[in-house]
Amino acid sequence: MRDVDLIVIGAGPAGMSAARRAADCGLSVLVLDEQLSPGGQIYRDVDRASALRGDILGKDFTAGKLLTRQLCHDNITHLKGAVVWQIEDGSRVAYTHAGAGGVATARRILLATGALERPMPVPGWTLPGVMTAGAAQILLKQSGVVCEGAVLIGSGPLLYLIAAQMVRAGVPPLALIETQTHRDFARSLRHLGGALRGWRYLVKGLGMLWRLHRARVPRYTGATDIAIEGDRAAQAVTFRSGGTSQRIACDTVLLHHGVVPNTQTARSIGIPHHWDDRQACFVPECDAWGRAAVVQSVFIAGDGAGIGGAKAAAIAGEIAALEIARDLHQLTPENRDAAARPLKAGLSKERAARPFIDTAYPAYRAALSPQDATIICRCEEVTAGDIRHMAKLGCLGPNQTKAFGRAGMGPCQGRYCGLTVTRLLSEANGLSPEATGHYRIRPPIKPVTLGEIAAMTTYEPSEQSK
Amino acid sequence: MPRIWRCSVKPGSNFRDLTLASDQDLVDVRFGAQVLRLPLGGNLAASLLVAGVMPFRLTPVSGAPRGPFCMMGACYDCLVEIDGITRQACMLEVVKDMEIDMPAAKGGVRCVTSI
Repeated sequence: MRDVDLIVIGAGPAGMSAARRAADCGLSVLVLDEQLSPGGQIYRDVDRASALRGDILGKDFTAGKLLTRQLCHDNITHLKGAVVWQIEDGSRVAYTHAGAGGVATARRILLATGALERPMPVPGWTLPGVMTAGAAQILLKQSGVVCEGAVLIGSGPLLYLIAAQMVRAGVPPLALIETQTHRDFARSLRHLGGALRGWRYLVKGLGMLWRLHRARVPRYTGATDIAIEGDRAAQAVTFRSGGTSQRIACDTVLLHHGVVPNTQTARSIGIPHHWDDRQACFVPECDAWGRAAVVQSVFIAGDGAGIGGAKAAAIAGEIAALEIARDLHQLTPENRDAAARPLKAGLSKERAARPFIDTAYPAYRAALSPQDATIICRCEEVTAGDIRHMAKLGCLGPNQTKAFGRAGMGPCQGRYCGLTVTRLLSEANGLSPEATGHYRIRPPIKPVTLGEIAAMTTYEPSEQSK
Repeated sequence: MPRIWRCSVKPGSNFRDLTLASDQDLVDVRFGAQVLRLPLGGNLAASLLVAGVMPFRLTPVSGAPRGPFCMMGACYDCLVEIDGITRQACMLEVVKDMEIDMPAAKGGVRCVTSI
């Protein structure tokens, strides 16, 4: 069994920068990440992909190499392909690695589990050929695979980024169907001050739009009534925009309307969460250093603590590492504060444009509260109408609907239906999302076989007393 | 079982590998009744998409066809059966002589693992 000062779960920007800062402070660090190469989703396979297709993916992507390099440190052990499935007592982490279970203990744990694509349940979203825009980006980053003749649907900067990358790769999307409206833009102008502080993001956004315009990619905005047609696979997208009905035949549909914190691990150990109205998602309760409420030995950094993007995540990781080092007597409070001051200033600058982006590109309303016939739980094929019916029967919270109709009980464990179920119940019962709550998440948070547990590298409680 | 050979890039697939080098090591992988030539060490879900495989599975609830959705190990829609164990194709690498089947629809044994 491994025993270290700090276990970092996730090797994305937050996890990598936290591991390095903690190691620099003299802490022994174990990084557990389910991917076989560091980078997280945003810098997926960056060390290999930069050389092969850095020109398509752009400088913001290849910059991730600076972070993966940070993991080369004598105090850091990076276990690649390690899937964490349980945390106990805020100090003991069980995982599967190379087909066998393992356990590691630490004095502090940092959760850097990042974000998930916000579920976008529209009619037909379970058909083969429908993927998240993030999935298309992962295919491009990790495997150099592009999809021809795809239609992008939703809202937000990532939609423009993947479209621009597809143009550079020589396979422009057939169309961009955007759900944000002029009213959303007008509302976002209230946050223009912040946007100007984060002007680099604005310049990048305008640059991407210019590239799409030049490549003559058709854009439809303010789209409503979006549905994907198809029998055994996606065949076409139908929607309304500018007062007319449209139909675009296509085999591949890429959905995206923002990302939300992946709170699965944090919830499994009882960290309380609250509802964030602007980002329309649950966020874990943490202090300014990232220390989780209730489970004091656990910290959370990056998008898993609230969406801020890759750069903000890397800074937040360092800030958490400084407090962990102070906690473990490797830094004085004065040294911690001195090191944290420029980081906190940088973090506030990185976050400045967020309110503008979140307001200008809100989630697609019809996917937050889908029509009755739409499947909302992909695993157990439960529809929005089923959930509304269960609300009528008296279900107040997601754990009741789970028992009534299995929503959230499939292999994804509610990752892609949790927020929708909360929303539907909150509307049906006239309660706030916060009062409605979320699924109770229990370990194992990733499936594990009995064989993997049987092959567990010996965990002897007596080892601790030696 | 009759072996059907076909090239790694099926004309019908709209997923294209930009970087598939001519000297890339290709290995035989069986998916159902088909034998595919896939890039050794490539991401399994991505390689199957390029090879034109779709769907990956039928759901245990209604038998509906499904394919990869999130590509990051979260949605479990790219499940395939390898050596009798249901695993996430997006979290696996292509190895030589992989034997892959579609997870059984209704009534099939459900046994899921992510590794």
